[in-house]
Amino acid sequence: MMILWFLIFLIGATIYFYNKLVSLKNQALEAFSDVDVQLKRRYNLIPNLVETVKAYASHEKEVFEKVTEARSRAMSAQGFKEREEAENFLSQSLKSIFALAENYPQLRASENFQKLQDELTDTEDKIQAARRFYNSCVRDLNIAIESFPTNIFAKIFNFQKMELFSISPQERESPKLNF
Amino acid sequence: MPSVYENIRTNQRKTIFLISTFFCFIVLLGWFLAQVFGNSQILYFAIFFALFQSFLSYWYSDKIPVFLVGAKELSKKDNPRIYRLVENLAISAGIQTPKIFIAPERQPNAFAAGRDEKHSVIVLNQGLIDLLDEKEIEGVIAHEISHIKNRDVLIASVAVVLVSFVAILSNFVLRLSFFGGTRRDSRERENPLGLILFFIVIVLAPLIAQLIQFAISRKREFLADSSAVLLTRYSQGLISALEKISQNRIPLKNQNPALASLYICNPFKEKNWFFNLFSTHPPIEKRIEELKKVSF
Repeated sequence: MMILWFLIFLIGATIYFYNKLVSLKNQALEAFSDVDVQLKRRYNLIPNLVETVKAYASHEKEVFEKVTEARSRAMSAQGFKEREEAENFLSQSLKSIFALAENYPQLRASENFQKLQDELTDTEDKIQAARRFYNSCVRDLNIAIESFPTNIFAKIFNFQKMELFSISPQERESPKLNF
Repeated sequence: MPSVYENIRTNQRKTIFLISTFFCFIVLLGWFLAQVFGNSQILYFAIFFALFQSFLSYWYSDKIPVFLVGAKELSKKDNPRIYRLVENLAISAGIQTPKIFIAPERQPNAFAAGRDEKHSVIVLNQGLIDLLDEKEIEGVIAHEISHIKNRDVLIASVAVVLVSFVAILSNFVLRLSFFGGTRRDSRERENPLGLILFFIVIVLAPLIAQLIQFAISRKREFLADSSAVLLTRYSQGLISALEKISQNRIPLKNQNPALASLYICNPFKEKNWFFNLFSTHPPIEKRIEELKKVSF
């Protein structure tokens, strides 16, 4: 009789912890795709930006090439770390475009450019926000995978810890322009 | 954060408790009056009324508070700065962007209402936008978004409708006794009703207030404050916002005690027993003290 109760308890616990891990994992995956949505929005804005800047500063080829390359590198990057690095590189190269605009008053005055700059800054903020939510979901998952007794079930069903984005405190402030 | 999910469940339980207690109370009241006046139609009316107002308090929990303060919806074009603040904080919290409304009040204050994440609103007073800077407004919005995420808003919005009901009833009683005094021929019939209702209101108001005090715990403000800091990663914004809001002495144009517990800070600065009855806010100094302890 005791064994029967123990078995029922064990099955119940397994179902409970398994489901908990599944929902945590799916929350984290969903949060990751939310980050993707914002990143795609940025990819779509970049060609427009490059075209607009070209119209006013056609001889600054280097900068355009750098941005275009950074964009395609970010889009094709595989793996979490490599991708994060590529995205951060893209952010940096975008900053250099806006720094370049400082030398072209006509470009800065152009309505189209202002709109694009505005949109891109907003997208930057949204990428950060989405990453923060992803991090909070992953933190919940990782805590569950590490802590007792969920860690036993995580091991049995092979739940892996997920990686966190590194959000530096400087990123909270408005981007500084430096060469 | 498991505590947030526990909080959601507790809030849902309390909301059901609040609505059903109120429902039973009105039906009992109807039954009592039906017995006194020997008219069973009063009971039917009470049941209908209780059903109607339970439905109303749940289904229109976002629209009623917005209507009561006369707020107007803010679109992205009107104020992209505020709109983006809300959008980005909603992304950080992982909820849908709530609708944003601006109330024509000069007092800096704000509240959130609605029944769930998909039907939520954030109402900002015009004074808040005028007097606070970007980081402070961000702190306030993060506080309201945390209320939405923790499902604190449903129970508070339901409470608004219930308290409004008490206010309407007491108004009704006042008018009834006023007219009852002037009309001589109907005095005998109306006086007992007025007297009974008067006593009911005297008993009812503190009782409802007690119920709401129980349902809306003071902890939720602390929890929303600390969750807000988790979203913005910057506690100073909310701290100085709370300081500015609490030091401001501009009164609300639209003084509705039913809304008191919704706001981020108690909107009624004067001592008024009826308003204080429904006040569920912990002292602001305590909240600031707790916020200063937050580290991350």
